[in-house]
This record gives sequence, structure tokens and C-alpha cells, in this order.
Amino acid sequence: MQLRYVANRLGQLLLVMFGVSILVFWMLRMIPGDPAQLLLGEYASPQALAELREKLGLNRSYAAQYGIYLTKVLQGDFGRSVRTGAPIFQEIWIRIPATVELAVAAMLIATLFGVAAGVISAVKHRSLWDYTAMFLALIGVSMPIFWLGLMLIYLFSVRMSLFPMMGRLSMGQDLPVVTGLMIVDALLSGNGTLLTDSIHHLILPAFTLSTIPMAIIARITRSSMLEVMHMDYIRTARAKGMGEATVILRHALRNACLPVITVIGLNLGLLLGGAVLTETIFSWPGLGRYVVDSLMARDYAAVQGCILMFAGMMAFINLGVDLIIALLDPRVRIHG
Amino acid sequence: MAEPATGVFRVPHSMTFPRRLLRNRSAAAGLVILVVILLTALLGPYLVTKNPIKTAPLQRLKPPSTDHVFGTDSLGRDILSRVVHGTRISLVIGLISVSISLVPGILIGLLAGYFGGWVDSVLMRLMDVLLAFPAILLAIFITAILGPSLPNTMIAVGIVYIPHYARIIRSNVLSLRERLFVQAVGHLGGSHARILLRHILPNSLAPIIVYATLGMGTAVLQAAALGFLGLGAQPPQPEWGAMLSEGRQYIQIAPHVAAFPGAAILLLVLGFNLFGDGLRDVLDPSLRIP
Repeated sequence: MQLRYVANRLGQLLLVMFGVSILVFWMLRMIPGDPAQLLLGEYASPQALAELREKLGLNRSYAAQYGIYLTKVLQGDFGRSVRTGAPIFQEIWIRIPATVELAVAAMLIATLFGVAAGVISAVKHRSLWDYTAMFLALIGVSMPIFWLGLMLIYLFSVRMSLFPMMGRLSMGQDLPVVTGLMIVDALLSGNGTLLTDSIHHLILPAFTLSTIPMAIIARITRSSMLEVMHMDYIRTARAKGMGEATVILRHALRNACLPVITVIGLNLGLLLGGAVLTETIFSWPGLGRYVVDSLMARDYAAVQGCILMFAGMMAFINLGVDLIIALLDPRVRIHG
Repeated sequence: MAEPATGVFRVPHSMTFPRRLLRNRSAAAGLVILVVILLTALLGPYLVTKNPIKTAPLQRLKPPSTDHVFGTDSLGRDILSRVVHGTRISLVIGLISVSISLVPGILIGLLAGYFGGWVDSVLMRLMDVLLAFPAILLAIFITAILGPSLPNTMIAVGIVYIPHYARIIRSNVLSLRERLFVQAVGHLGGSHARILLRHILPNSLAPIIVYATLGMGTAVLQAAALGFLGLGAQPPQPEWGAMLSEGRQYIQIAPHVAAFPGAAILLLVLGFNLFGDGLRDVLDPSLRIP
């Protein structure tokens, strides 16, 4: 891969992240009220307030304040949580695995079912299969996931008692933390019961989070497959007597997968946003729920830390997707 | 209103446009849903006479019955009445949020695409910064700063989607500015403002209309999500997202409290998406998904 292309994309990423830091800093300064008062509470003495203002650099110019803020952020210092007093970076760090586990599981479900539905729709174009799959995809993108989550909880947890309502493990179960990813940790511990329990807890939230990307992947796979299925090389493959499954899976799907990979990558970012709602509904102890809880407690420093972390994760995911696409398709790195 | 100039975009085959729109199954289905919802918003409050705000503690969490078709919530309020009154709120949210996105989005897209160079670079990098945030998270952050309320929800959702419209308009302008009729106006001495407003903008209407329609659905979903998180409409306003949030607490004993407002959101968003898909097929067949 051309090094210049990678350097160019990295440069753009840094520029965007610099812009993000300015925007977040500016927006935090727009919050009405004195940050020092917010941190120390209503009954803080004027002297304590003045000391804290001096310590935080709030008496200095905005440019100087931004300089302090940027230096701290670059060192991973997002300040301390108003609620717990713990460093925010640490609070965020311990919650990332839960969000990553949920997002990855959701993306696996979305890709598996989305690609399958898209391929079937394209192969059985204008059949009942096609219409049903595309109608379901339309429902998928139109449905509020927080509502779907609640309805799934009612149906599968309350009525059928098939899945747990919340959390990552059942009450009383404990797992030594190695990676923070419950399934991986359960595998490492060699405890089958804990592994089953953690998968059991993951299914409903992951399925809820997967619906929108699943619908988008199904639509893109279908349209991409339809385009490819009319190509000459597909006709040639069939003329050579290849089996239909080989033609579809080895020739059509492989060539139709580029837009699908793009959409999968772009939706990883969407999943991070969706995680805010899904984690709130399923009491999933990840970054999304932490943002909402911090917001409710007016812990703005924590909100800011999470937002920077989310934006950083999205930027790196987008960069990764671009690089993978450039690796797969030489036209991108030549013209991009 | 400005008269259409020569070469200005007109909806293709304008005489048959409504007929072509109605012949498109997706657009027709979406239109039916949207008309029903619009009629509900306009006439519903006169047909459903129960007060959506009045509490009745003795009637709390009643399941659907002939007296309360959608049941009652935790304060004994009639859910049907609240859903019907909430229709207006959701439609207004969709309209205003998209308008807030559209005006700056169109302006930025026009300027970036037409002038190119540093104007394009600066404006698009600014848009990239906004796009670096997950949409709901940025909306949450903006609402947190402005304070939780319905108007602030609309502003937040509106701001979040500005870059999406700017990008769409920009890509359209990039191709339009190379077209002969635009170049001809330039050679004849037409000012930049005239070229942009009288020639390029009208020719960009098709994608704007399509994406604004689809954007209404997205705006309703995002606003409902903010309402669900307690950042949108404040009690006792019958906003669907906030109603869902309340229903969450009673999901084990009274699922109807969450079920009906959620179904209403789904129906409205589905209507916008179906209509938007159909509009896209009719206005711009090149984008049509086979």
C-alpha cells in the first residue's frame, strides 16, 4: 500500500481530532455556570472557589485554558469524576471492554444475517423472499432500538424467561478480569458455566444493537449482488458448468463485498452511538451507559472524556476501514 | 418568488409527476401512512376527547380496554390520547429539526462545492469534525449544554445533521458547476450569487427533497431517543420518546405503556422512509435500488 496514502489519511485524522478537541473545549465553556462551583458544590467557600479556579487555570485567557486542556488530554488526563472522585480516564478505561464486546457481537450478528438476507434477496430477486427481507430491512432502519430492546425484554425475559434482563453475568457469579471481555475471560478461565452465562447475557442487547446495521448491510449486499450478478464473468462461470453455490459465493459475493465492507466499517461507528441507548436499556456497564449516568449527574468532565474517547474510536475505525478498502481496491489508493 | 430561469431544474416530466409518484408502491404506501398521521395530528385531538395531561391515580396502569383503548400510564392518563396529542409534537420535531439542518447545510454545501479550493477545504474539515462524533452523542452533548427541553432537542438534532446535507449538496454542486448551462451563465457575466441561487440551487432540489424526507424519519428517531434519555420534552408533555422512557419502568407489569408510543414512532419513521425511498426512485432513477 502506498505510504503516502496512509500518511495523508493519518494527517487528516489528526486534523479532525484537533478540531474535535477545540469544539469540545468550546462547548464545555458554553455550559452555564462556574465550573469551579460545579465541582465544589453549592456551599463552597469563596476562598476554595478562587483556589480551584486558579488551579484549573480558569482565570487565564481561553487560549491558555485550551493549551492546558489539550496538554492534559494528550496525557490521558481527563480530570476527576465529580461523582466518584476517581480519574475519568480510569473510569472510561474499565468500561471500554464492555462496549467493545457488545459492539463486536452486534456487528457479527448484523453481518451474518445481513449478508445472508442480502444474498438470498438478490438470488431470488423479486420473489416473496426478496420482498419480505427488504420489508424487514425497512422496518429495521425505522425502528427505535430503545423500543425494540424493551419489547425484547418483555417477550424473552419477562414472559418466556429465556434471557436475562440486564447485566453481563448473573447475580453471584464472578469472573477474574483479564481482558475485560467477559466471553474471552470466561474462555481463559476454562469455566463453561460462566461462558454460557456471559453469552446468554449478551444475546438480547447484541441483537437489539444489530438491527439497524443488519438492515443496512442487507440492503447494500442485495444491491451490490444484483449489480455483480449481471456481469459477464458470472455468465461465463455458469457457462463453464460451475455449480450455482460456487458462482454465488466464490464469484458474485466476493466481488460484491467491497461496498459491504465499507458499510460494515462505517456502521461500527454507528454502533458506538447506538450503544448509548442499548446499554441504558439493558443496564450494560459500558461507556454508553456511563455517558448517560454522568450526564444525569451533571458530571460534565466525564461526559467530555467519553465524547473525546468515542470520537477518537470512531476516527480510528474510519481510518482502519479506509485502509482495508485501499488494500482491497487499488483504485481507491490511486484516486483517493 | 423568483421566476424559474432557463435551464432551471424542473421535476422531470412534471405533468405526470404525481401520477408517477403514486404508481411507485413505496411512495404510495409511505404517503398513505403520512396522510393518516397528518390527519391524526390535525383532527385527533378533537376526536379523542380525553385530556392527555389529566391524571387519575385510581386508573393507573390499566391494560387496554374499551374505555381506554391503549390503556393508561402510571399516573392514570389515557395513553391513546397522549399518543394522538404526541403526533403533532413529533411532526413538528421532524419539520423544524430538518429545517435547522437544511439552511446551513445547503449554504455550506453550495459554497464548498462551487468555490472549491480553500473554501471547500475549510468548510468540509469543519463538517468532518462534526461527523467525528456519533450522532446521538453529539445531540446529547448539545442538549446537555442548552438544557433539556423540546426546542433544544430540535436545535441539537438539527445541528447534528448539518454535515450530512452539506456533503450531499456539495457533491451535487461539484457535478453541476461543470455543466454547460452553468458555465454559459458564468461566461455571460452572471454573478456567483445568481449562478448559485438561480441555476445550481434549483437543480439540486431533487436530492434535497429526497434526503430531507428521509431525514425527517431520522430526526424523529433521534429526538425520541433524547426524550427517552430525559433530555427532550419535559413532563407532562406527551412526547413519544419521553412516554417510552416512563414505560421502561413498568415493562414487567404494564408493557402497553411503552408498546404504543414506540409503535407510533415506528409507523411515522416508516412512513417517511417509504415515501423518501419512493421519491428517490421517481426523482432520481440513477440512485434507484433495483
